[in-house]
Amino acid sequence: MKNISLPITDDVIRSLQVGDSVLLSGIMITGRDTVHKWMIDTYIKKKRAPEGDDQEVYEAISPILEGGAIYHCGPVVAGLDSGKYRFTAAGPTTSIREEPYQGDVMHHFRIKAVIGKGGMGAKTLKACAEVPGVYLHAIGGAASLIAKSVQSVIAVHKLDFGVPEAMWVIEVKDFPAVVTMDSHGGSLHEEVEKHSSAQLSTLLTP
Amino acid sequence: MQDLTKALVELIRRTSSDLPSDAEVALQEAREREVAGSAAQGALDTILENVAMARRDSTPICQDTGTPIFYVKHPVGWSTRALKEQIRAAIAEATEQTYLRPNAVDSISGVNSGDNLGDEAFPTIHFDEIEGDELFVELMLKGGGCENVGAQYALPNNRLGAGRDLEGVRAVVLDAVYNAQGKGCAPGVLGVAIGGDRGSSYARSKEALFRPLDDTQNDPDLAMMEDRLTKEANQLGIGPMGFGGETTVLGVKLEGMHRLPASFFVSVSYMCWAHRRHRMTVHGDEISYE
Repeated sequence: MKNISLPITDDVIRSLQVGDSVLLSGIMITGRDTVHKWMIDTYIKKKRAPEGDDQEVYEAISPILEGGAIYHCGPVVAGLDSGKYRFTAAGPTTSIREEPYQGDVMHHFRIKAVIGKGGMGAKTLKACAEVPGVYLHAIGGAASLIAKSVQSVIAVHKLDFGVPEAMWVIEVKDFPAVVTMDSHGGSLHEEVEKHSSAQLSTLLTP
Repeated sequence: MQDLTKALVELIRRTSSDLPSDAEVALQEAREREVAGSAAQGALDTILENVAMARRDSTPICQDTGTPIFYVKHPVGWSTRALKEQIRAAIAEATEQTYLRPNAVDSISGVNSGDNLGDEAFPTIHFDEIEGDELFVELMLKGGGCENVGAQYALPNNRLGAGRDLEGVRAVVLDAVYNAQGKGCAPGVLGVAIGGDRGSSYARSKEALFRPLDDTQNDPDLAMMEDRLTKEANQLGIGPMGFGGETTVLGVKLEGMHRLPASFFVSVSYMCWAHRRHRMTVHGDEISYE
C-alpha cells in the first residue's frame, strides 16, 4: 500500500506501476460528463466564449488541478439546504465516457491522476505517459466507504449542472484506489480485454 | 384507501442501503474463490465492507441510486392513480433524506429536476391487478453504469455465428459479458429475455433480475443454460471490477417469451454487484419487508 499526497510530483507518478494499491490524501475535484464538455468547449477547443461565472470557476479550479486529481464521481450530498455540505455516498462513475476529452483535459490543467472506474482507452494512456499521470481505479459501488474518506467539502462550483454533475472540491484522507494505467504504457484493462477476447473465441469455436 | 407514502419511503431506504442477502452471500462466496492478496480479492473485500457500512449507517450502497423501477401488484379496489402519486411523493421525500441521489435529467434542456421526479417513465412504475387481498410493491434501483452495458441482439447474428436457438442465445450473452468488461461493476447478474418485441423483451429482462439468485428455472433446458452461461462467463476471466479473476457474474436468469415469426430478440440487462431490490407486502394495516 502506497500513501500518496496531492498534489503529486512527477517522481512519484513515475514510481507507480499497474497493480499498486494506493491511499490518496489531499484536495481533489469531482468532474464528470458535463464538466469535461464544459472544459473542452470553453477553454480547450474554445467553441464558446466564457460567460457568467465561467472565468471565476476556471481560476478557482486551475491551481487545484495543477499536479492534482480529478475524480469521476456524482456524489450523494447532504446539507443542500443549509450549504453545510456532507458526502454520504461517493463512489466512482464509469470513466470511458470521458475518453474523447480526458487526454486534452490532463494536458491543459497538468492533471496527474484521473480517478474513476472501468478504465480508459489509448488516448488517455498516451496522456498518462506524456503529462505524466496515472489512472486510479476506485471500487465501483463502494460509495458509503469512500464517502468516509471525504473529510470535508471545501467548495462547490457549477451546482447548476445538478448535484451529480457539479464540481465538488473535497479534502480526502486515505482514499483507496488501485493503479490500473501507469505512465509507462501499462494498462490492466488492455491485458484483461485481450485475455477475455481469447477466452471468448475459444468458447465460441464450434 | 391507505396512504402508503411513509411505508414506501422505508422501502426505498432499505433498497438503497441494505443489500439483499442472496447477493451478499454470492459476493462472500466469490471472495473465497479469488487468489489471496489479488486485486480481485481486494475489490471484493472493499465491496463487502461497504455493504456492511451502508446497512449500518442507512447510507446508499452506491451513489448512483439509479432508475427506481417499481412493480405494484394490487388486489381489486386500489386506485393506481393514487398509488402512483404516493410513490412519487415517497421518491421526492427519499431524495430529500439522501437515500436517493437526484437523478432525473431532462434530456432536451439538460436540467436535473432535483427531486428525482421526471416524466411519466421516471420513476418507472408497473401496475398489475392480482387475486387475493395482499398488495405487493417490488422496487429495484438500477444504476446507469450497468444499464449502459445492457445489449439487445437480433438473431441470427453473423458476426458471432449465432443462430435462432439456445446455442445462439449463449453466443450473444457471452458477447455481451465480454463487451461489458468491468464497466457494469462486475461481478454482475444477467437478466436475459429471449423473444418479445424490442420493448417487451427489455422489460422482461429486468423482471428476471427480481428472481432470487439461488432459484432454478422451471424449464429444464433454460435451467441448464443458466448454469452453463454462469460458468462460461466466469471463464472469460474479467473478474471483479474488471481487474481479472475468477468471478465475472454472480448469476444468469433466462426467460422465454413469444415472438413474431420474423423477429428473434435476445435482450441482456446487466445488473451490477449492488443488486438492490426489495419487496414490501401490505396486508390490511400490516406492512412487512423482505
